[in-house]
Formats: sequence, C-alpha cells, structure tokens
Amino acid sequence: MNWEPVIGLEVHVQLLTRSKIFSGASTAFGADANTQACAVDIALPGVLPVMNEQAARMAVKFGLAVDAKINRRSVFARKNYFYPDLPKGYQISQYELPIVGEGHLTIDTDDGEKTIGITRAHLEEDAGKSLHEDFHGTTGIDLNRAGTPLIEIVSEPDMRSAQEAVAYLKKLHTLVRYLEICDGNMQEGSFRCDANVSVRPLGQRKLGTRAELKNINSFRFIERAIEYEIERQIDILEDGGTVVQETRLYDPDKGETRPMRTKEEAHDYRYFPDPDLPPLELDEPFIEEVRRTLPELPDAKQQRFVAEYALSHEDATQLTASRDLADYFEAAAGATKGDAKNVANWIVGELSAYLNKENKEINESPVNAKQLALLIDRIHDNTISGKIAKEVFEAMWNGEGNADEIIADKGLKQITDSDAIEAIIDEVLARSAAQIEQYKSGQTKVFGYFVGQVMKATQGKANPQQVNEILKRKLDV
Amino acid sequence: MHNKPLSKIADDLVTKRVSSVELTQYYLDRVAQHQHLNAFITVDPEFSLAQAREADRRIQQGDVATLTGVPIAHKDIFCTKGMLTTCGSRILSNFVSPYDATVIDRLNQNGAVILGKTNMDEFAMGSSNETSYYGAVKNPWDHATVPGGSSGGSAAAVAARIAPAATGTDTGGSIRQPAAFCGITGFKPSYGQVSRYGMIAFASSLDQGGPITRSAADAALLLNVIAGFDARDSTSVQQPTPDFAAGLDGDIQGLRIGLPAQFFGEGLDNSVERVVRAALGEYEKLGATLIDIDLPNSALCVPCYYVLAPSEASSNLARYDGVRYGHRASDYGDLIDMYMKTRAEGFGGEVRRRIMIGTYALSAGYYDAYYLKAQQLRRLIAQDFEQAFEKCDVIMGPTTPTTAFAIGAKSDDPIAMYLNDIYTISVNLAGLPGISIPAGWDDAGKPVGLQIIGQYFDDAHVLNVAHRLQTATDWHQRAPVGAE
Repeated sequence: MNWEPVIGLEVHVQLLTRSKIFSGASTAFGADANTQACAVDIALPGVLPVMNEQAARMAVKFGLAVDAKINRRSVFARKNYFYPDLPKGYQISQYELPIVGEGHLTIDTDDGEKTIGITRAHLEEDAGKSLHEDFHGTTGIDLNRAGTPLIEIVSEPDMRSAQEAVAYLKKLHTLVRYLEICDGNMQEGSFRCDANVSVRPLGQRKLGTRAELKNINSFRFIERAIEYEIERQIDILEDGGTVVQETRLYDPDKGETRPMRTKEEAHDYRYFPDPDLPPLELDEPFIEEVRRTLPELPDAKQQRFVAEYALSHEDATQLTASRDLADYFEAAAGATKGDAKNVANWIVGELSAYLNKENKEINESPVNAKQLALLIDRIHDNTISGKIAKEVFEAMWNGEGNADEIIADKGLKQITDSDAIEAIIDEVLARSAAQIEQYKSGQTKVFGYFVGQVMKATQGKANPQQVNEILKRKLDV
Repeated sequence: MHNKPLSKIADDLVTKRVSSVELTQYYLDRVAQHQHLNAFITVDPEFSLAQAREADRRIQQGDVATLTGVPIAHKDIFCTKGMLTTCGSRILSNFVSPYDATVIDRLNQNGAVILGKTNMDEFAMGSSNETSYYGAVKNPWDHATVPGGSSGGSAAAVAARIAPAATGTDTGGSIRQPAAFCGITGFKPSYGQVSRYGMIAFASSLDQGGPITRSAADAALLLNVIAGFDARDSTSVQQPTPDFAAGLDGDIQGLRIGLPAQFFGEGLDNSVERVVRAALGEYEKLGATLIDIDLPNSALCVPCYYVLAPSEASSNLARYDGVRYGHRASDYGDLIDMYMKTRAEGFGGEVRRRIMIGTYALSAGYYDAYYLKAQQLRRLIAQDFEQAFEKCDVIMGPTTPTTAFAIGAKSDDPIAMYLNDIYTISVNLAGLPGISIPAGWDDAGKPVGLQIIGQYFDDAHVLNVAHRLQTATDWHQRAPVGAE
C-alpha cells in the first residue's frame, strides 16, 4: 500500500524583548541560575502579571508577516499543571482567543511552491528549567527562563514529508529573524519545534492517529525524527497494528523516537481566562504602527533580487536567507562598479566558504561589504585577475589590509602593458620550438602550455585576456 | 485615647500632643492586654517602634502626611517586607515576605506604623475566622462568639480598640460581615479601586482590599492613602482618585434608598430586621426616601460565587507547592509524593475543600456546566444592580442574616457557613462598593450591621451616606465591655 505522511508543526519562538512577558526582569540568556528571576517570576504570594507591550507588538508583527488575521481582542488563559520549573502552578497562555489567527506561509518543494496554512499564533510565557545533572539525585531549578515571552505558531497539517516540514521550519526561522522578533538560536532554545506526525493510505481523507514528537532542536534532527516516525508508523500499520496517540521524545543519539511516560499524558489543563489580566485589546492605530515597522519580507526580497540584479532563483534564495546576508549583498552591489552577479558569486562562493569554515555569521565577517566591493572593482578595472583576487581576498580575510594595499604590498597588480606582455611571450616562444611545432600541426591543446608559461613568468599577473589575444596573434600567423 | 477618631489622632501627632512612639507603645500594650482575643498572628514591637521613631523624626521635620505616625493593623494577607506573612495558613507559616504589598508601601510612604499582622481565615476562606491555622478569634462583644471572617482579626482588633484602624480584604463579604459582627465600619471599595499587588490572592476577580475602622470618616482617611491606580496591578482602574473625605458631609436630602425584597426575605433573623428597619427610619429622618427594588437573581449568588471563587482559588493556590518557599513536608518519596504531602499538611480542611471544588468545576467536561454557567450568572447579577440603580441611588439592607454565632456552631456545616454571606456576595460579583456600618444591637445585645451598596466607582458617595448616619447616631461609638 502507498502511505501518505501528514505533518503539522508547533513552533515555539522566544521573543527578543528586553524584559519578560509579565515582569520587568531581564530575558538575557546565560546568566547565573536564578539571578534573572524577580518576585513575579518566582511566583511569590501576592504578585501579579503585567503584560509587556513589546511582546504584543512582536506577535502582531509576525501575524502581519504571514498575512494572518490579527485578533483585536485576545484573552490570556491559565494552563494549570504542577511542575517544579513552573512556579505559579500554571502557565499564562492564550487558549480560545489567540492574538494571531489564520495565516499562511509559502515554501519551495521539489514540485514547486506550496502554501502551508498557519492555524494560529498565541502569546505565552516560557517555563524555567529543571536541571537533573550535578545535583546528586535531586533536581535543580533555574527560573531565569521563566516568563520569557514566546509565541507558539501552530501550522495546519499541510506537510506531506519530512523535507516539507524542514522547508517550512527554515522559512519560519528566516522570517522571525527578518522580523527581528527572535534570534533563532536553536541550541539555546530560542526556536523550538514539536511535530505532529501521522500516516494514512494515499487517497484517504480521514487523518490517521498522530504522535507528537517533542524535544527536537535542530533542522537535521527534525528531519530524521519525522522520517523515523513515519517509518515506524507504516511498519505498525503494515503489520496490522494500530498507532497509539501519544507524545514521543526524539533521541538524537539513537536516532529514534520513544514514548514519554504515560503519566504525563493524562493532563487536564483546566484552562480558564486569567482573572489577573484584562483581555488584550488592539486598536487600528496600534496595528498600523506595527505594520509600518515591517521590513521587506524574504519572499519579496528574493523576487526583487532576481528582477533588479538579474540573479538566479537559487542565488537570490541563498542571499535572502538572512536579512544580514541580503543587506551585505546589497551594500556590496551598490558600492562596486562591477557586476552584481559577480558580487553574488563572491558572496555565495568564496565568502560563504570562509564563513562556514570558521563558523562565523555574516555580520562577523572580517571583510565587510565595502571592502569586498573594492576587491570586485579591482577585477572590474583589470587591476587584478579573478584568480589573483582570491589570493587578495585571503589576505583581506586575514586582516592584512584592503584590496589596494594588499595588491600594492604584494605587487599583484596585473600587467596590462601590451608591449611588456608581448616581450614575455616572445621570450616564452623563443624557447618553445617543439611546442610551437605541435601547435602548428593541429594540437591546439598545447595553447594552454603557452598561457601557463607566460603566467608563470609573470607570477600570474599578466592580464589573461591580453595574453590570449597576443599569443593567438603570434601563433596563428 | 483609643476612642478618638483617626483625624484626631493624626492631629495630636502633628501638634505633638503625643509622639508616635508613645502612641505605638500604647497600642502595643493594649494588644498585649487583649491577647486572649487572638486577634494578631504577628506583633513585632521593635519593628513597629522603629517605624514610630522614623515617623516622629518626620513630624519633627514637618514632613507630615495623612497618617504619619498612626499605628495600623494589617490583615496577614498583605505582604510586609521583612515580616512574617502567613495568610492564616500553615503552608506560609515560615514565609517572611521580601517585598511590601502596594497597600503597605503606600502607608509606609505616608509614615504610618505597622502595628502587627492580624488573624484571618486561612487564605481568606471562611466567615468565622475559625479556619485559621493560628486558631479562632474571639468576638470582643461576646467571647463565646465568632468575630466573623475572613478579616476577623482586624475587625476584633478595631472593635476592641486595640488598633486605631486596620486593613482587610473582601472577596464575598470578608470585610463587611466581620465589621457587622463586631459593631464597626468595614468598607469594600469598588473592584479596581485598591491595588491587589502583594495582597495574597484568593479569587482574583473578586478580591478587594479596604479599611476596617470605627467610622466611615476613618475609612475615608485610610482609603485616601491606600486607593489609586497601580501599574503593577492590571485590574487596578486608571482614573483619578477622589478625596474620599471631602464629600463626607454632603447633604443626602432626597436620597433614594433601594431596599431589595430579596434582602428582607426568608432566613433573615427577626431582630436583625427590626434593627435594620429602625436604622433605615433614621435615614428617612435625614430626608431620604425608601424604595422597594428587585434583585431577581439574588438567590443564585451563593452557588455562582461557590463555583467562581473556588475555581480561581484552585489555580491561585497552586504555587504553594513546597518547591520555592513555605512549608514542605519533611518526609516524602518522589515529586508527586512531595506535592501531596506538602499540600495535605500545609492546607486546612476548608482550603482543601475549595481547591477540590474549583478543580472539579474547571475540569474538562464540567467547565461549561459550572464555570461558564457561573460566569453567565455573574453578568445577570451585575445587570440586576444596573437596573436597580435606575430607580435608586444606593441600596441598603442587613449585612448578614444573623448576628455573630457561637464559636463552633457552624464549623462543621459549610453550607450554613456559606449562607452567612448571602447579602454580601452579590456586591463582589458585580464589583460594586459596599460598606457595613453599625445599626444597633439585637435582642441578645450583639451588634447588627447595615449594608450600603453604591454604584460602580461611586465609593465616595457610599462613604458620604454612611457618614451622615454616623453624624446623626452614636451606634458606631459604642465599644464592647472591657474596651471602653
């Protein structure tokens, strides 16, 4: 039988507010345990939550970016359960009336573009962390994260493969960083994903029983976890078994999913509207104000890059993967007299390779956009060849100066004086009687030998085009 | 000294007829002399006297505010920095608050002195002060009877004149009912008038702090300090706070007093009704007219309240889990066992009962039938008041159906206990201001309270109406035997 996987994702996005969603404590990551938890965060008796307006602003920004319905009135609700890292014994979330309603996101698949529905996005607070290591059989509680604002973005079950799920997740990841509402750091848990996975016979409308996969913190793991889970469910069904609705944890070491203890499943969260917080009412001016802060979104930017800079779809996609990268490209393209296509090649090629090798982000690049533009200028005005440029780039990367300084210091300036080139060519030809013979007899491949000899004699600095021209002229007489 | 109104005490301090240290010591002595009432959970003379010395220094420098140097007792539901704050519960019996509630903070800024923390029903759940982990409080008028609750310690302390004034909180009658039982004045402001920050939550949508005093004029002075918008409480109302004392003497000629048929029906003690009717007669003498009104959904108040309040409480009290502060069971196995033992040991029977009721009412499959239904009822009850106020300016009736009952008489019968609040609960459900003032004594010589209910945020008017009766009568000036 042919099986069709059905996947929906719930993504938790930590918002980049300075303070927490219901208190004034800092949200900075990495402080000593419990130093960023105030009276409200640790749920002392008598404390009350006060909504952080910035968090609402960011949620609306996201909603507008996915073309979603922004609910003018949303309601905070309490999700009640006991856990040591949940100080109040309930999490303040949104239940029946979330701040962001239905929207959508378009992803690229092998079969072209596909629209993934977004069911909702709601505001909520993060819990603290339970630390099980280093406490000798007891558990440590760090409440620094408690009260960090999140939006939980719930997708429709619109994805049909692990690859589609990853494409959606990456698109979302790019988007939230474009919007500057999340740093996207998956290691630190700023961007977390749960996946609902089921399979059904191809052509059947009714959804199969789903499993919820938790605890997946990288694109690679999400793909593996979903693939594993699809296989697992198909195996069960093909053996005549039934899939159990349950929460499963992905174990990256073993590359498999396994059920969480059943005790955790029987939760009745007893949601009810939080009486400490009035409904969140948003008016048109507020929403319009947020709309004005929307940057150019990834899809629009990608299309513009193709149209404005004549880039390929692939280059444009790669260059718009992050706002910083796109900004870098535009800054370099704007500063150089050279071709934007060349700029794109340099960024996608050489620069990206160096960044990857040293695990750096574009904004950490030792070569800034202006410096790269100067280098490309020097190729454009024939000061250096593309090949020499790579040597210059390496020196720039190592902080040896700008392109002009390095070219001067190392004497890399291209030889463009025809007489000088001709003199060197004559010299090479004078000692290459055998090769000339070969060439004349029709073995034109030997042409490369002459070029190589000229380049060797000039340490690669002779203008390759001129070398070709003069050589041809002399040999083809 | 201890029969002087707050304004006179404050005046004595400013004119240096008495120092705050002398005054505070005087009341600390009275507290000690009346220990048998069990009105206080915590008294810290050193702490109080240090505040008094600071107040005297301010007075010396002429830096004087309304209540500078005046000792005030606080219900142990208000967090007080560096002082035990128990909420009448074993689970917080070791909790020293690291911060001040907004009410306390404002009084501290004003220069008032914390006289001590008063006894109360555990987490404000009770109408007799018998659910306190720290034991029952005795009614100063009759030591065999309860002072009412949940602000029983504050009411007893003010009635016995061992505190010039006190704070309380009122979720379903917890200021007004003990004020009625103890023959004093207790005012529950409109919801949102007094900040709930640092006031330990029982039922967040109903809780409201307010003054427990000997007179409406004293209540206005205290309210002037504690009321007003607080950015730390999202349910606090952002509007200018009036001077509650300024309009106290306003004429009430032509005042239309609505008398709900439902407040004078079955269950109302005959002698309480007689006393209340007599007090209403005094209002007629002052130029008011009495109008019969209808609050058709009154009978539904108690069931509505006993779904909503426990629902909120079940969630509000989840934080007392033994993890971060408060009592933790000494002997336990795994995490669940720690939770269960801690909470079973830490909470008394009434609190556990309400947590169970609330948890049930919010559970999947029951939510619509209980919580949602009760919310709908709550709107109907509020609408009843809105319609009634089209015909009248204030609503009056007895605060309670009976006067103070014997200690132990109702402690095993929760339903009988809940019916004590039958006239006060609807005021919380509607978020309105309500006051209980002394109206005389029943046949057994126990105080009777008259309740006055005003329109939303018409708090100053309610105080004005109450004050006018207190200028025409002297019921509020009578002290119980032993406290004169």
